[in-house]
Amino acid sequence: MSEYLFYPGCSMESSAKAYYHSVMSVCKSLDVKLNEIDDWNCCGATEYLSLDITPAYALIARNLALAEQQANGLNTIVAPCSACYLNLSKADHYMHEDKAFGKKINTALAAGGLHYDPGQMVVRHLLDVVINEVGMDKVKERIVKPLTGLRVAPYIGCMLPRPDYNKRYSDSEHPYELDDLLRALGAEVIDFPLKTACCGGHMTQIGPDTAFELIRRLISSADDYKADVLVALCPMCQMNLDAFQGQMNGYFHTNYHIPILFFTQLMGLAFGEKPENLGFGSEFVSAHEAMQRIGVQTPLPDAAKPAPKKPAGLPMPPARARAGQKITIGNEEASK
Amino acid sequence: MSEKVTLVDPPSAGPVAHEDLSLLNEVSLCTPGDSHLEMCIQCGTCGGSCPSASAMDHTPRAIFAMLRAGMRDEVMKSNTPWMCVSCYYCTVRCPQDIHITDVMYTLKNMAIKSKMVQDSTASDFSRTFISYVKNYGRSFEIGLAGIQNATHLKLAARLPNMIPMALGMLTKKGMSPLPPKRIKGLDGLKKILDRAQELEAE
Repeated sequence: MSEYLFYPGCSMESSAKAYYHSVMSVCKSLDVKLNEIDDWNCCGATEYLSLDITPAYALIARNLALAEQQANGLNTIVAPCSACYLNLSKADHYMHEDKAFGKKINTALAAGGLHYDPGQMVVRHLLDVVINEVGMDKVKERIVKPLTGLRVAPYIGCMLPRPDYNKRYSDSEHPYELDDLLRALGAEVIDFPLKTACCGGHMTQIGPDTAFELIRRLISSADDYKADVLVALCPMCQMNLDAFQGQMNGYFHTNYHIPILFFTQLMGLAFGEKPENLGFGSEFVSAHEAMQRIGVQTPLPDAAKPAPKKPAGLPMPPARARAGQKITIGNEEASK
Repeated sequence: MSEKVTLVDPPSAGPVAHEDLSLLNEVSLCTPGDSHLEMCIQCGTCGGSCPSASAMDHTPRAIFAMLRAGMRDEVMKSNTPWMCVSCYYCTVRCPQDIHITDVMYTLKNMAIKSKMVQDSTASDFSRTFISYVKNYGRSFEIGLAGIQNATHLKLAARLPNMIPMALGMLTKKGMSPLPPKRIKGLDGLKKILDRAQELEAE
C-alpha cells in the first residue's frame, strides 16, 4: 500500500467526473491510497497568472502550505490534471529558485496564517506515479481483461512534459510513458506524431477559430492513423477534444468521430471494473461503438437508443411544411 | 605604398552603445526566477514552434526585439501574449533557455496595469474565472462559459451551438448548474490574496 496526498482540482468535481471515478477505481486496484488535501483551492489555471503574478502564486502556494501542514510523514502530492500539476510544481520551483520571490509569497501566505517551505513537497502527475512508483509489473499483474484489438492514440498534451522542471518524462516532445502503459494494457498503440501538441487550452472561450484548428489537427491525425479512441490525461484536453469535436466538425465541414477517454478509464476496464463505474457514457463523442468492437458494452449514446414508437394519433402536416406550400397529408409516396 | 592612411572612427555602432534596456529589465524583474530574456539571439525558434502564431500580430521573436528597442506602447498593445496557449513548446526549444511562456504572463500583467489591452476577450475571461475563485475558492466552469459567451459579441454568434453543449454538460457529464460549494478557509484565502495584491503593487 502506497500513500499520497491528493490534489483533485476543480474539474474533477464538475466536467471530469469520469476521470475522478476512474482514478479512484484504478488507485484502489493498485493499492494506492489518496488522501485528499483538506480545503484545497483552485490552482488558478492559466488565468490568474495572466492577471496578477503575485496573487496567482499565492493562490497556488496555499495548497502547498496546506499539504505541508497535513503531510503526516508524506511528501508527495499527486495531481491528475496537467494544469494543476504544472501550477503546483511551478510555484514550488520558482519559490525555491528565486529566494526573494519565495519570501514574498510567504509574506502573503502569512496573512492567512500559513507558510510553505519551498522544496518540501514533491508534485507529481498520476501517470508518473503509476509508471515510476507503482511500476509496470504491478499494473500487468492487475490486468484481467486486456484491451486486445483496441487501437489507441496516446495523447499527453503540453503541461506534463513541458517545461518538466524535475525531468520526469523521457522527452519533452515525444515521451513514451503513456505509450508503454497503454501497450501493457494490451492495446494497439499508434505512434501518434501530435502526442504533445496543444489542445487549444482556453482558446475555445477566447478565439474559437484558433481552438478549432488546434483540435482539428489532433483529431484528424488520430483519424489518419485509424485510432479507435484517443486517450487523454488532463480534464482540459479531454473537454476540448470531446465536447468541442462537434463544433469543430461544423466549422470545417468534417465528420470526425474520435472518442476521447481518460487513461484511467482504459486501465479500469483492463483491471475488470464495470464501464458504468468508470464514467463511460459521459463523453460527448460516444465510445460505445469503439468499445463494442473489443467486446465491452458501455452505455449507449442517446442517438443510438431505439427511437420511441410514434403514437398513431391524428394525421399531422409534415414538420417542414411552410406557409403557401402544398401540404400532403398521410403517405406522401402514395399520393404522388 | 607610402600613402598615408588616416584612421577614422568606424561608423557609429548604432543604438547598441546607447541602448536603453529599461523596458527589457522591467519585464525580466517582474518574471519569477531568471527569465534569461536578455539572452535572446533572435533565432525565431519560438515563433516557428508556436501553435497560435498565426493569430498573433507579432511573433514572440519580434516582441523580444521590440522589448530591447524600448517599444513599450507597441508591445503593451500587442495581442501576442493574449494568444499564447501556454504549451511551452517555445520554452523547451529556446536555445537560450528563455522562459518565454512566463514572459508572456508578465507582458499580460503589464498590459492590464498600463490599461493598454486592445481586445478584452481574453482578459475578461481571466477576470471572470478569478472572480469565481475569489468568491468560492473553486472555479465554476458553467458560469464562466455562460458569462464569457454572452458578453462578447464575437462569441455570441455561436451561442446557438453552445446550447446543446451546455445541455450535454448537465445531462451527460452530470455537471451542476449551481456555483461550487465555498471552501472553509475562504476568509483566510481572501486575506492571502489581498496581501499578495499589495505586495504586487510595491
